[in-house]
Amino acid sequence: MAGAAQRRPLGLRVTIYAFALAWLVAAAFPFIWTAWGSFKVELDFFSIADWTYALTGERTTAEYGRPFTGAGYHGSWVQQEFWRNVINTFIICFCVVLTSLTIGTLGGYALSRSGYRYTFWLLIAALIFRAMPPLTLVAGYMLPFFEWNVWGILPTTIIVLVAINQPFTLWMLHSFFQSIPKELDESAKVDGCTQFQAFRFVIIPVMWPGVITTGLFSFLLAYNDFAVTSMLLSENNRTMVPEIAAYLGTTYTEGNVMFAVAAAVSAIIPLFILVLFFQRQIVSGLTAGAVKG
Amino acid sequence: MKHATFFWFFLPTGLAMLFFIGFSMVSVLTQSIFAPHEAVLKEVETCTPLVGCTTETTVDHAATAEKRAAQPLGRFVGLDIYFDRGHLAVQEVAEIWATASGGGDFWDRLYNLPFYRAMAFTLVFTFVVTPFVILLGLMIALAVNALHARLRGLMIFFSLLPFVVTPLIGGLVLFWMFDSRGILGSALQYLAGDPDLSLKASTSLMWISIIIWGIWHAAPFAFVIFYAGLQTLPQDQIEAARIDGASRWQQVRYVVVPHLMPLVTFVALIQLMDNFRVFEPVVAFNASAHANTLSWFIYNDLSGETRQLSSASATSVMTIIGVAILLAPVLVRSWRDFKGKV
Repeated sequence: MAGAAQRRPLGLRVTIYAFALAWLVAAAFPFIWTAWGSFKVELDFFSIADWTYALTGERTTAEYGRPFTGAGYHGSWVQQEFWRNVINTFIICFCVVLTSLTIGTLGGYALSRSGYRYTFWLLIAALIFRAMPPLTLVAGYMLPFFEWNVWGILPTTIIVLVAINQPFTLWMLHSFFQSIPKELDESAKVDGCTQFQAFRFVIIPVMWPGVITTGLFSFLLAYNDFAVTSMLLSENNRTMVPEIAAYLGTTYTEGNVMFAVAAAVSAIIPLFILVLFFQRQIVSGLTAGAVKG
Repeated sequence: MKHATFFWFFLPTGLAMLFFIGFSMVSVLTQSIFAPHEAVLKEVETCTPLVGCTTETTVDHAATAEKRAAQPLGRFVGLDIYFDRGHLAVQEVAEIWATASGGGDFWDRLYNLPFYRAMAFTLVFTFVVTPFVILLGLMIALAVNALHARLRGLMIFFSLLPFVVTPLIGGLVLFWMFDSRGILGSALQYLAGDPDLSLKASTSLMWISIIIWGIWHAAPFAFVIFYAGLQTLPQDQIEAARIDGASRWQQVRYVVVPHLMPLVTFVALIQLMDNFRVFEPVVAFNASAHANTLSWFIYNDLSGETRQLSSASATSVMTIIGVAILLAPVLVRSWRDFKGKV
């Protein structure tokens, strides 16, 4: 590739670098800007007078004596008790990832090892389920959940999120298990193992890379969900994302939009760390589905 | 694998999907043909001496509650909800059709009906964002692939952020910049020379902003897929094309793009599904006055003070039909592939 790059004319190379830089700014700048602004007061970050106030922190200095302030974070985390929502989010994410990986691994393994026609139909059904907008499903849950009196609590939401994630998890694990040679568990069965023992002692030790990648995506789906969590959780049990959406309803009038900005930045940080450490897995997970078709 | 073994392995995940996806679709379908009970009315005669007797009609709360408890689904109304003013608005459309002065007038008045307005933006969003995502993703992939190897990891890291970050929060981050008091909003006012230009007041600006959000959010996904495809590019074909005198553009057009074609189909499929159900940016941009989508329509019905389950269910069923129409070509194709294999 180095040879090819050297043969490119200068104009083309400049265009390529300029375009890459432009995209880099488009992708990263909004986050940097918001993180920067979350340490200002509202009149600086949303300045009517002069947009450079957001850089210099004119009003922030006037109010707090220095150009940066943690007032937004104090307001959301301490006054509004945002930490409760953070804890709820992590409880939900942990349970969703654990449950959907457990049942998804069993199902995906079975789909990859059975050659009958119904596996095709099950996978197609999963694809159709994957296409269902979550909100259309939520509309179906509401009435039964009210009737059974299970609306608004965390376990209900966890089960619903697991079910909604299953089609995606199944497809991903199915294609991953297909890349593990069938001979491995076949030979275990010849040696007298049952199918489950073959799975337990032969497949489980080698399946972790694929399972971790799938788990990352289950985590992202649960962490980023807004449709299900905003509809199925009562006000006391809210997770981060619906809570931030709820701030906008109440705090635009109070003039405390900076609570929402600080909370949004707090919610982005775990994702930032996740990408930092698992970039390779995320990329391979995204492409796994595509390459297999 | 034996049928029985397969059954036990598949049972937990199958049950989860059957109960919470399959039954939910049945439940939506059922709810959409039932409407909430009307209040039970009773006539009460109050007699006062000298004045005489008057009869008043009041709501019989006890009887209403009893009826609702006995039949929580409500009363059967068939397809009425689908055809009412809030959804397909059959009567209104017929009237507009009969009285419209021309094509433009017809569409304008149709657009004023809430369901058609949501439908219009959903379709515009889906069919504008999807091609742009593919195009931008391809351009980023080609550019990153031409960069120095050390820069590529950095590019991929920052590129992933808009895709990985929660759609609602990503939407808010952009909204705060596009807001008339935000940095991009101020810049736009300056460039246009119009100090009153504001996202809240302009429908076209709102549409463009949400579409920009859509492209910004999904382009990294297309980029990563195409970038992986470029790594498996057959070098000998590029070599052969170069020896035959193909220009750079011709190499991309006749070797690279055909190689990536299956991936383009994949990205298009996923994007059509995901863009059709978009609603987070409508919440984040607080855009419902200017642009709303079918999913937002359901969200709005469900989140109000009185949860309008029947109305939300009817919209859901129509959304599901829309998804089915989008998916049909893909399903037909994979069925043909499968039959070809057997």
